[in-house]
Amino acid sequence: MSSITYLEAIRLAQRKALADDPRVFLYGQDIGTFGGAFKATKSLAKEFPGRVLDSPISEDAMVGLAIGAAVEGMRPIVEMQFADFSTCGFNQIVNQAATLHYRTGTACPIVVRLPSGGTPGSGPFHSQSMEAIYAHYPGLVVMTPATVDDAYSMLLEAVALDDPVIFCEHKFLYYHLKAEQLPDQALPFGKARIARPGRDVTVVTHGAMLHESLAAAEELSSDGYDIEVVDLRTVRPLDTDTILASVARTGRLLAVGEAWPWGGVTAEVVARVASEGFGLLDAPPQRLNAKETPVPYHPALWGTHRPTAGTIASSLRHLLEL
Amino acid sequence: MSKGSVTSPRKAKESPKTGISPASKTPGKSSSKSTGDTGTGAGVTRELARKGYRTMLEARLLEEKLAALYRSGKIVGGVFLGRGQEALSVALGLHLRRGDIYAPLIRDQAGRLAFGDTILDTLRTYLGSILGSMRGRDGNIHRGRPSEGYHAMISHLGAMVSTVCGGLVARRFRGESGVVGATCIGEGGTSTGSFHEGLNMAAVEKLPLVVVVANNQFSYSTPNDRQFACPDLTARAAGYGIVGRRAVGNDLIDCLRVIGEAVAAARSGEGPQLVVADLLRLVGHGEHDDASYIPESLKKSELGRDCLLLARESLIEKGWMTEEEAVAWRDAVALEVEETASKVLREPAPDPVDEDWNAFASLGREGEQ
Repeated sequence: MSSITYLEAIRLAQRKALADDPRVFLYGQDIGTFGGAFKATKSLAKEFPGRVLDSPISEDAMVGLAIGAAVEGMRPIVEMQFADFSTCGFNQIVNQAATLHYRTGTACPIVVRLPSGGTPGSGPFHSQSMEAIYAHYPGLVVMTPATVDDAYSMLLEAVALDDPVIFCEHKFLYYHLKAEQLPDQALPFGKARIARPGRDVTVVTHGAMLHESLAAAEELSSDGYDIEVVDLRTVRPLDTDTILASVARTGRLLAVGEAWPWGGVTAEVVARVASEGFGLLDAPPQRLNAKETPVPYHPALWGTHRPTAGTIASSLRHLLEL
Repeated sequence: MSKGSVTSPRKAKESPKTGISPASKTPGKSSSKSTGDTGTGAGVTRELARKGYRTMLEARLLEEKLAALYRSGKIVGGVFLGRGQEALSVALGLHLRRGDIYAPLIRDQAGRLAFGDTILDTLRTYLGSILGSMRGRDGNIHRGRPSEGYHAMISHLGAMVSTVCGGLVARRFRGESGVVGATCIGEGGTSTGSFHEGLNMAAVEKLPLVVVVANNQFSYSTPNDRQFACPDLTARAAGYGIVGRRAVGNDLIDCLRVIGEAVAAARSGEGPQLVVADLLRLVGHGEHDDASYIPESLKKSELGRDCLLLARESLIEKGWMTEEEAVAWRDAVALEVEETASKVLREPAPDPVDEDWNAFASLGREGEQ
């Protein structure tokens, strides 16, 4: 097998889910014969007749249909064309899917795939990172795979879970990231991963920001600093234990997120470390996020709007001097 | 007030080429012959009508008890009654079978009982008994047993239309035919995007869905002229390419007939069915509301006539029920309601200490597996 992209891993995970489990079906806009806006379902409609269905442009009803089917024992995977459009299905996700088991005792095993995050030129409505919004609601699992291996194994994990899963796959990684082969094993569900071990600062991040953070860590290594990078993998549940253990080693925390800071994943990470690991800190916990405007269109603006290896490296240098 | 009629889409469309096997017939070929029917109730049996009246009576007396429990402070939150809408509600519940999917809405106590819900579980849910299906985690009209095809509504109107569609799609995947899914909504709920998305989706998939619209003239306090501008909500069916039917909302026999035809058409593969019935809610939106916004003239019109009294008159006139039976039923139901309420009032409330405080089905409270 030649190299597999992050996007192809998502396609192959759906293919495996369809092949292994007759309860699985895919539902979304343009995902049938056309194979999806990003081709994440390419050729699957042909390979699995009747199980990869084009939906009307009706995000609310798409999620509602998935919920109703899940109640009857199916395992639907809904593709939002872009994460941004999931706001049109927000009611069904947070009020019906997230509450169903608590209210009625009936599980709601749906997966909603959200092609997330920014790419150059995508602008305000095709670039959003929605993970913090969904993670706010009890009852939802929120996954943010940052590697090809995780894109594949975590999507299969999502299908197997009895709870609704918001699967935030990052569009910036679709074609950039490649692996030689599919993974044959995965980390346990809900565990964060030490993507790079270090002893001077802990960077906690997820999604596309993992790769910016790793590049920043590499940059600082030439100055003699040893930066540890933690990839959250799932933001809900949040693996506080791994974060605290890392901060115990380094004494310093920088939380990096592509989304806006207000009430976001980085805010949650800093809050947990401050309240549960205050004594471990040698400096005030820091965070770096997108600028607080809608995601801009022009690449020059977009490239400054979100954190990059350069701005993360600057934040790290600042933190090391505190 | 116009009697029942059917409007069909002008042109039946070809079945879509989706993987879900399309319905065998197109919606335009409705076999219904009810156009121009004067509501004689053709096809409604004595047995069905008697069951309908008896269940309406149960709903009415149970709801009167709920109102009393609310006024005495035993029920918290709210009580939302279906007084005046029992005929329409019960007709849908009675035409569904075990194995069908049903998502009732706010004023469907009668339909719920007809579908198999009980006086006991209604009282348990309203009073928050730990033994009820919602275990005190949700209350009043938000009750159901989704795994048994009895969906538990959320408050966001229109949301249950697509959920029922999903249940029907699952049944289709499993190769089950002859299943019907049904949900109810008020005329105000037809203004939501969810209602539109759900009906359009059902039409695209040719699902055996029945949607019953209780047009009770006021969405909470908002009159119809501030809710929609089309002269007849039935006309919307044509826009979706589905069959629209009209029933007389406070006439039990007409509701049984029209909804019976709609359910039969859906069951035989004729696609989604929209039933609209005009009526008047004879109470406030909830028991906190005195409904002073409903004009006296409307209350005194045909629309304001109580469906329970009309059904009683109608059944006695047809010789399908005697005065004595009506009285005996009333006494028996009243006794059951009182006894059940006394029992439930002694049942344990949920204990915050015993509550697991976990919203996940497969994970621990902290998300651990």
